[in-house]
Order: sequence, then C-alpha cells, then structure tokens
Amino acid sequence: MNKTFWIILFVLGLLAPFAVYPVLMMELLCFALFACAFNLLLGYSGLLSFGHAAFFGSAAYITGFVMTQWNFGPFSGIVAGTLFAGALGLVFGLLAIRRQGIYFAMITLALEQIVFFLSLKLPFTGGEDGLQGIPRGMLFGFIDLNQPLNMYYTVFAIFVACFWLIHRTVHSPFGQVLRAIRENEPRAISLGYNVERIKLLAFVLSATLAGTAGATKSIVFQTASLTDVSWHTSGSVILMTLLGGMGTLLGPIVGAFTVVGLEHELSGIGSWVTVIIGMIFIVCVLAFRRGIVGEIGRLWKRSF
Amino acid sequence: MKKLTRSLVCAAALGLSVAGPVNAAGISDGVVKIGVLTDMSGVYSAIGGKGSVVAAEMAVHDFGGTVLGKPIKIIAADHQEKADVGSAVAREWIDRDHVDMITDILNSAVGIAVQKLASEKHTITMNTGAGSTALTNKDCTKYGIHYLYDTYALPVGTATAMVKGGGKSWYFITADYAFGHSLQDNTAKVVKSLGGEVKGEVQAPLGTTDFSSYLIQAQSSGAQVIALANAGADTINAIKQANEFGIVAQGQKMAGMLVFLTDVKSLGLNIAKGLQFTTSYYWDRNDASRKFGDAFYAKFGKMPTMDQAGVYSAVLNYLRAVKAAGTDNADAVRAELGKMKIDFFGDTGHIRADGLNVHDMYLVKVKSPKESNPKHGHGWDLLQVEQTIPGDKAYMTLAQGSCPLAK
Repeated sequence: MNKTFWIILFVLGLLAPFAVYPVLMMELLCFALFACAFNLLLGYSGLLSFGHAAFFGSAAYITGFVMTQWNFGPFSGIVAGTLFAGALGLVFGLLAIRRQGIYFAMITLALEQIVFFLSLKLPFTGGEDGLQGIPRGMLFGFIDLNQPLNMYYTVFAIFVACFWLIHRTVHSPFGQVLRAIRENEPRAISLGYNVERIKLLAFVLSATLAGTAGATKSIVFQTASLTDVSWHTSGSVILMTLLGGMGTLLGPIVGAFTVVGLEHELSGIGSWVTVIIGMIFIVCVLAFRRGIVGEIGRLWKRSF
Repeated sequence: MKKLTRSLVCAAALGLSVAGPVNAAGISDGVVKIGVLTDMSGVYSAIGGKGSVVAAEMAVHDFGGTVLGKPIKIIAADHQEKADVGSAVAREWIDRDHVDMITDILNSAVGIAVQKLASEKHTITMNTGAGSTALTNKDCTKYGIHYLYDTYALPVGTATAMVKGGGKSWYFITADYAFGHSLQDNTAKVVKSLGGEVKGEVQAPLGTTDFSSYLIQAQSSGAQVIALANAGADTINAIKQANEFGIVAQGQKMAGMLVFLTDVKSLGLNIAKGLQFTTSYYWDRNDASRKFGDAFYAKFGKMPTMDQAGVYSAVLNYLRAVKAAGTDNADAVRAELGKMKIDFFGDTGHIRADGLNVHDMYLVKVKSPKESNPKHGHGWDLLQVEQTIPGDKAYMTLAQGSCPLAK
C-alpha cells in the first residue's frame, strides 16, 4: 500500500507541469522541501526554530552571488548555496541547541535577524532591491534550464532526492534516537546517547536541506530578496508544517501546497489572503491539532 | 490499487490539453490585457492597492473602452511585497493570459525582477510605484519604462528647491542601508553643488521607533534643514517625534525625501505642517489633475496618491500608443511610446532610451491647519505647490546614468 501510494505521488509529480502552471508547481515544490526540512527539526526532534529563513535566504543569496559574479553553473551554484547553509547551520546550531523551548526559538530568531541585516547591508546583496537577474544557465553544460519543463524536472529531481534523504533519515536508527529525544530527553541521556551531538546533527541536516530549497528557488525565480531571509518566511514555514501535520512525512508537503497555493490563487482578492490563512490556522489549531495529514492518518487508522 | 493508479494517471493526463493562441495582425488574441500588479495587503497598499486598479479602470473608461475595435481588459493581483510571488504572477500573466502590459508594481525588488522577466518575454512594463534608480540604470531593459518618479528625482528636486529658497545648511537623518545612503548621497551632492553645506548626518537603523536621540543631534546642529533620508514608517515616526520636540515651530525646516499624500493624511496637518517634499502629482495642482482627483474621489472615496494617478496616466498613454502604432506588438508600441509626447495631467513628458519618463516634478509644502480649507477637496486640502521642477533638472541625465541601452 505504502509503496503504491508513493508511486502515485511520483507519477502525479511527473505529470503535474502539464496540468498546473509549471512555475507555480516549482514554487510549491521549493516551499514543500523547505517545510520538509523544517519538519525534520520540529516534527522529529521537537526543536522549534524560529530562524529557518536564515538558511533558506542566505543559500538563495550565495547561489545568486556565485552564479552572477563567479559564473558558476546551476549545479555548482546550488551546491555552494547548500554548503553555505549547512555551515551556517553548524554555527547557529552550536549556539542554539544549548537551550530548549522558547529560549531556543528566541536564539534562532535573533541569529536570523543578524542574517537579515547582513543581507540588507552587504554590498553584493543589492539591499532592498535584492539580487536580481540570476541566470538559470545550463545544467551539466547541456540541459537548458530556460526551458520551463527542463527547469521543472530539475526541481522535481532535487525535491525527490532530498525527500528520499529525509525519509531515510526518519526511518533510520538515527531517526529513532531523534524521536526518543523528542519524547523524553533525560531518558535518552540516561540510555547513553550524546543528545547534544545528535540534536546538532539534526539541526545541521535541516539547515542544509532548507538551504537546498532556497538555492533552488533563487534559480527558479532568478532573484534572491529580503523576503527570503525575513522572519515572515520563518513564520510561514512553521505555519505550513503545523497546518499539514508535523511529524508526518507528507504533512509539510500538504501544508506548503495549501499555504502557497492559497497565496497564489487568492492573490487577486488582496488583503483577504492573510485573513483567510489566519482563519484556516485557527480552525486547524482548535479542531484538528494534528494537522491535515495527521488527522486524516488518525481517521484512516481508526476506520481500518 | 492498480486500478486506482491507472485512473489517477488518466485524470492527470486529461489536464494536459493546452490550447495555443492564434496571433493575428493588430491586436494579438483579440484583446488588450493590462495587468495591475500591486500591493493589496502590505505596507504600500494605501499608496497603490485597490486604488490603482480603480485608476486603471478609469483610464480604460476614459479612453473609450476599446482600442482598434478590440476590448481592453484590466486584471489585478497582489504581489504581497515578495519578489518571487510577483514574478510568478507576472510569468503566469504573460505565458498563460497573454498580458500585454504590466503596471504599478510598487516595490523595487519586485519591480526589477518583473521588468527583467517581462523584457525577456517581450512585454512592456510601466512601473509607477517602485522608485529604485536601478530600474533605468544597471537593470534597465528594452521594454521597461520607469514612469512616475525615482529615488534620484525626489530628493534632488527637494534639495535644489530648498537650497535656492535659502535652506543652505543641512543635517541628514538617514536609514542605515543602501536605499538611505543613496538618498543621502544624491541629495548631499546637490546641496554642495549649489553652495550649501552639510552640517552632519546620523544613521538610524531601518525600523527605528525612537528617533529622539537623532532628532536632538539634528536640532543642536543648528542646520536650517533637517532631511529625512528614509521612507514609510521611519519617516512617519521621525516626523511625529520632530513635532513633539517642536523642531519646525522653532524655525528649522523638515524635508522628506520620499513622502506620499497618504502619509500626510495619516499624520494630520497639525503634525506634518511645514514638511516639504517632491511629488509628481497633487490633485489640486491644475484643472486636469483636479478633474481626475474629483472623479477618483467619487469612485474610491479618497483622493489619488501620485502612484494611483501614475497608473491612470500610464494606462491611458499606453492605450494611445497602441492606437497610434495600430498594434499591441511590444516593439512597435515601445517605439511609439519613445516618439510620442507623454501627457501627464497637462504636463508633457518624454520616454528616453533607458526607459525613464522625464516629466516635471513639484515641490510641495504641507499646509498648516489654518491654511487648509476643510470644505475644499473633501478634506484633502493638504498641500501647497511651491515650485515646479523642470523634468530635465529633476532627473539624472542619460550621460550620468549607466544604462547600457542608452550608450
């Protein structure tokens, strides 16, 4: 059953650009990946980071920078952005995981604000104009990413690869330990696990994957802007994860599709977008706290 | 399960059919579509937003509703101040809806992204809301037009007029990032070139709420003019607190580098009185602007900001160019826009090779409550036009600019 389900999703993903506008689909996938990376931290390790936009946005800027200034190709551009986000994750992680709960959230938020102000003030970022005109270029020298379908399947491949990595991580012994820490940290310590190191590893992994999402997005939209590093983006990825169902593999994807899809579809009616998303969030928190996927999963288990 | 897989695949395949448009001579796909890409939910929604859409519809109505016998359609979307949302919408508009021109835009990051994208796809953009000079310099494009104002013309216009009016010594309160610095540099150059002096400057971080220490420094500098090289909430906060310190009452002048009519309205005349700034449109300037102002008020319940007036004028002139060119082909229309005189509420402008629409600007001063006639203009009698700044003095010359298309 499970396998068939994933195969259906995969096929739908392959066919999606013919039914849905490809650029929208790419945006959905980038944010879905971002939310999945975030969920690895929140859903499986129980760490609420309020600064994930720092990794998402800085990777976008770095990818844009190396591609415009140093003429990197798209592949090495994304790798550069991803590695930078990973390194940044290591630094932030070392500082932040020493604290828990609200203090952890506040430290990550503070660090994210530093990244925001650096992005505003560093000479190469273009200030509030953002980094513009990032070339899509040729992937591996022969795939022209200016063709929408080529670009889409590249994004899709990146998404599938990262999602597979997350899937593997969650179901590995390492993932089990993460869950053990989430459920009962003192007990995990007493069992002999080096909790801080495991948390740090999860943090870095999550930051790296968030970086991949940001780097890919900067190539899709050919721009990196302050929005990508602002705390609004950190907030909306939390919203996506909670709405879809944290701690489920599919949840963040559903959440990202819901939030970004609504933002897109409702863009014609103006200020109601934020109101509607807010209402959905309230309903979600009050009525089904496990999120869309979490709740469906529970009903499924109950009835079969 | 297999059956389900198959039916799902079939369902997805059904969505495949995409009909290609048939290009006819004259108007492609039988309709001229104009997209108003604006901020409907964020900090600039009062400047553009729904009002911009109303202004665009008024322009279509005033033009006659059709061009070359074909209908004109206005569509609108909210870019939520995000460059990725804005460029996704613009892409979709151009690729799927065959939009012929995109206007308003209202955010520099979105503006540059959309202008680049639209030019790649041979679509005209007429940017009224975003102010960055990059739009007609390093990021200039063949089809991108910067219609209304830029962050050179506003401060430079204000500085020129104020130095000539006796404000020789200046003190800057600057937003501490690229935008603020460029506003200050452009202004300081003009002040110095006209024989004025810069007494000092202080840099306030973006989003400062307490300007008191900066204002005290500015006040004690003894400068005749205190210039606010910032925008939006920063400007509003600084003006409010300057009022509490009685800065204008004690004889120093306040100059805003980027102020909109709605900022003045929300501050109130008591607080904003005496503030000077540059604008390209004020409803009570001449008969043409009053006529549009009144008509807009009747529809929207507010007087238009310069951005909304800019959208009206941009759409109107675009339609005139389409009519004159006899087609909505972007190359022909852009050529026509470059040739024709751009009518801007009785003024005449022209669009240069770098895409800049050069037109006159106006130095205005906020009226005091006594000077304002509450019965005039439905309570929007807020500004006094002090001076006209000729377009060629207000804007950067082509030689000063760095647009590769104009070299």
